[in-house]
Amino acid sequence: MTSAIWMFLLFVAATLGITIWAAKRNTGANAFFAAGRSITGWQNGLAVAGDYMSAASFLGISGMIAFYGYDGFMYSVGWLVAYLTVLLIVAEPLRNAGKYTMADLLAYRLSPRPVRAMASLSTITVSTFYMVAQMIGAGTLVKLLLADTGVSTETAIIGVGVLMVVYVVFGGMLATTWVQIIKAILLMTGTIFLSVLVLRHFDYSFAKFFDAITHLTYTDVKTNSEVTRNFLEPGMKFGAAVTNGWGPLDLISLGLALVFGTAGLPHILVRFYTVPDAKTARVSVVWAMVIIGAFYILTTFLGFGAATILKPHNIPLDNMAAPQLALALGGDLFFAFISAVAFATILAVVAGLTISASTSFAHDFYTNVIHHGNPKTPGEEVRVARISAFVVGALSIFLAIKLQAANVAFLVGLAFAVAASANLPVIVLSIFWKRFSTFGAVLGLGVGLLSSIVLIILSPSIMGIDAVDVPAAKRHLIQMKAIFPLNNPGILSIPLGFLAAIIGSLLKREPDAEAKFAELTVRAHTGLGSEKASSH
Amino acid sequence: MRRLSSLCAMSQEKNDSPASPPDWSGLAAKPAFQALLKRKSRFIVAASVFFIVYYFALPVLVGWFPDLMKKEIVGKVNIAYLFALSQFFMAWAVAFVYVKKAAQWDKAAEAVLEK
Repeated sequence: MTSAIWMFLLFVAATLGITIWAAKRNTGANAFFAAGRSITGWQNGLAVAGDYMSAASFLGISGMIAFYGYDGFMYSVGWLVAYLTVLLIVAEPLRNAGKYTMADLLAYRLSPRPVRAMASLSTITVSTFYMVAQMIGAGTLVKLLLADTGVSTETAIIGVGVLMVVYVVFGGMLATTWVQIIKAILLMTGTIFLSVLVLRHFDYSFAKFFDAITHLTYTDVKTNSEVTRNFLEPGMKFGAAVTNGWGPLDLISLGLALVFGTAGLPHILVRFYTVPDAKTARVSVVWAMVIIGAFYILTTFLGFGAATILKPHNIPLDNMAAPQLALALGGDLFFAFISAVAFATILAVVAGLTISASTSFAHDFYTNVIHHGNPKTPGEEVRVARISAFVVGALSIFLAIKLQAANVAFLVGLAFAVAASANLPVIVLSIFWKRFSTFGAVLGLGVGLLSSIVLIILSPSIMGIDAVDVPAAKRHLIQMKAIFPLNNPGILSIPLGFLAAIIGSLLKREPDAEAKFAELTVRAHTGLGSEKASSH
Repeated sequence: MRRLSSLCAMSQEKNDSPASPPDWSGLAAKPAFQALLKRKSRFIVAASVFFIVYYFALPVLVGWFPDLMKKEIVGKVNIAYLFALSQFFMAWAVAFVYVKKAAQWDKAAEAVLEK
């Protein structure tokens, strides 16, 4: 097990080296917030993939397939398809019209202060929810993977928190980018290698592999009897029979949050400001789609491999399916490598979240809301961003340690729901609808944010009555019967977000914003006047 | 391309001194730009409708027509898995077509700015 720690320390040493290198090149706001807009297409593609593929994907989906077969794989699909929204609708106009944040696009023709204040609130909310989920994941991982090394959950959470703050404060966007690139390469290497080992187990025969999946005999832990199931048949998790009839609708609601939420995730959107122009942003989405798609297809081998080779009853916890498979097929050293990859995965994602939250606070809230767009001294914006990275880091460490024993599996879903219901509607309407007004944007952001949070609180994710012997990590936070039947609020909160934004715009017209629509359109579609790469 | 970037650089400088910004509404009113916008939005709307319908067909079919989806067609592999797998290739194909189209739009946008 100690080899896992050595491999992880090697990753930490390499990334700190990158941070020192990046710190020397960090001169000015453009360098700190947008890596000098000097990242190339393939580099940004890898970084987007590294920013996006979280431990929930790597460990969570493998586990879901290992336990629920096909339904787990169906869950994989939406994560790639979501990038079509990013590619077709958001990436290029955002790069052409903005500077550092999502709010730049909105503030282009709307009244900057109210819009930026709301967008900043939504950005920081999404990032914090997502970050706390990731950090608790890191703590849980340590408990599972490094149980005999004496590293405690708290140490892991604090370690992850301190490292992400160091990357961001000293290395800015450049260091964050390279941490994400290295992580993407490590994750893909580990996944491809593990997939090949699974295929080798079946003598490189797909027929044998699928035979094993479709006739899987194992012990059902609930009834303690031997069963044979076809794991390629849908219905084990989302089927109407196992979910009181709500499963299929819940899955559609989740799909909506993925397909519309990804293009509203602040930490993904800021990545498109790091490239020289919209064309490169487009190329980078395509690179990201190749890598992300390949990864999610390979979850077939990780998940079904764990189901067939380990058998579900031998996997103690769903998050352990992939590491245990690595141990069974590749031995201690490969297990150590996969464990280190899981940590690298978490670090790269939280670094991306930290920089997007602190950029939004410094650029949107501090500079533009409080100081009307004129920072008092040059360099102040970067200084405020560094301080807010510290605050964001400390707050997330605190929340993660406080909530580590609670059932917080809903946090990632909530982040996607807010991104889809609050952020995406205002981004799309701002680019495509002339009548869109400040009041519409504020109402859309507010209703999208609030309805996602309220519906999650009323859902079976948080409300439910548990038996007395259910452990804390699985207990519902509110011991009452759920009021809203779906775990995922998207199907209701996304239309609400759009409706609020449209109704708000119709109620309060804004001639100034309408007059600037021509300018935004020309800029978004031709790149005229867009932010240029800083020369060095 | 060089002319485009020098044009952009010029407009960038002009942006800093608000005395003479680019003629945004003049550019927006150009027939060539309007034609580009029309072509672009027609494709984006069509492609988005296609991928959204294709994607949500998966949970709809799996949720309400499970028996159809359980039919095995390639060896032991059923329609459900093949349809889920096809989603990845669908996404890549749409992205490929978009990139081809966008290269044409880039040229058209350059032409709008040059004249």
